[in-house]
Amino acid sequence: MKITVNGAPHEIAAESLHDALNELGYAEARVATAVNENFVPSSLRADHRLEPGDRLEILAPMQGG
Amino acid sequence: MPVFYGREVASPLMLGTAQYPSPAILAEAFRRSGAGIATVSLRREGAGGAGAAFWQLIRDLDVPVLPNTAGCHSVREAITTAHMAREVFGTDWIKLEVIGHPDTLQPDPFGLVEAARILTEDGFKVFPYMTEDGILAGRLLDAGCEVLMPWGAPIGTGIGLMNPYALRTLRAQFPDVPMVIDAGLGLPSHAAAAMEMGFDAVLLNTAVAKAGDPAAMAEAFALALRAGQMARKADPMPPREMASPSTPQIGLAVLA
Repeated sequence: MKITVNGAPHEIAAESLHDALNELGYAEARVATAVNENFVPSSLRADHRLEPGDRLEILAPMQGG
Repeated sequence: MPVFYGREVASPLMLGTAQYPSPAILAEAFRRSGAGIATVSLRREGAGGAGAAFWQLIRDLDVPVLPNTAGCHSVREAITTAHMAREVFGTDWIKLEVIGHPDTLQPDPFGLVEAARILTEDGFKVFPYMTEDGILAGRLLDAGCEVLMPWGAPIGTGIGLMNPYALRTLRAQFPDVPMVIDAGLGLPSHAAAAMEMGFDAVLLNTAVAKAGDPAAMAEAFALALRAGQMARKADPMPPREMASPSTPQIGLAVLA
């Protein structure tokens, strides 16, 4: 299905958020996720089903003031 | 040393981690200054895995981290970002920024109070980036904040304490609330002045990171904070309008 990942279009085979992160190369990454502007805790990723057109944000630790 | 939500930190210097010439210089700035808290953020993770490298750098600093909601202009954005930060950084501390205008980066006081209340109810320990308004301070305390962070000046300006009267008033109005001057400082003398006024800590980033020698500037800020803190405890003399000779008048020779 087609989804948007961090603002860029992606075609993925995975159906769950957990599997999508693995497919996109974030399996071991220290990241937080939001789908359609809603936070999805890591504990719920396996049960979270993605839908075509979903907007996925994957955020990581970064410099800040 | 300042105590925030029951946790004592090692220094009144809270230092940002952005804009340094290199990760090594960032680490050196923390080492030389002994900064007590590192502020951090969340951004989109690219394919290069920059987040993992930064996370390791922060862990090596061995200081508590304070994630921010920088760049958030709405309550909803700030709350979602706070939840994501809590998971990634493993802390319920959050530097809450709800920005009201993109040019001035002035906090939106109305959104700030609403977000602070919601996040406190969600178990966060909120450090609100606020204007120096005393009524706003009261509302934030009512919302559950146990720390207040009034700005010295707009973020990144380096102007210093642009409204000393209001800051002194705020300090006097809430003498027992830990307060941090957050943003707008450019020089160590600004930090010393904040401590002389009785503030508990300062939070800065650009003044150190954009200095020609960031590590030396970080140390200079640490020294200034120590001087300001010591001066506050030493009970400064009250200012007066008229001159008053310091050399004794008694025994003055009559030579005229």
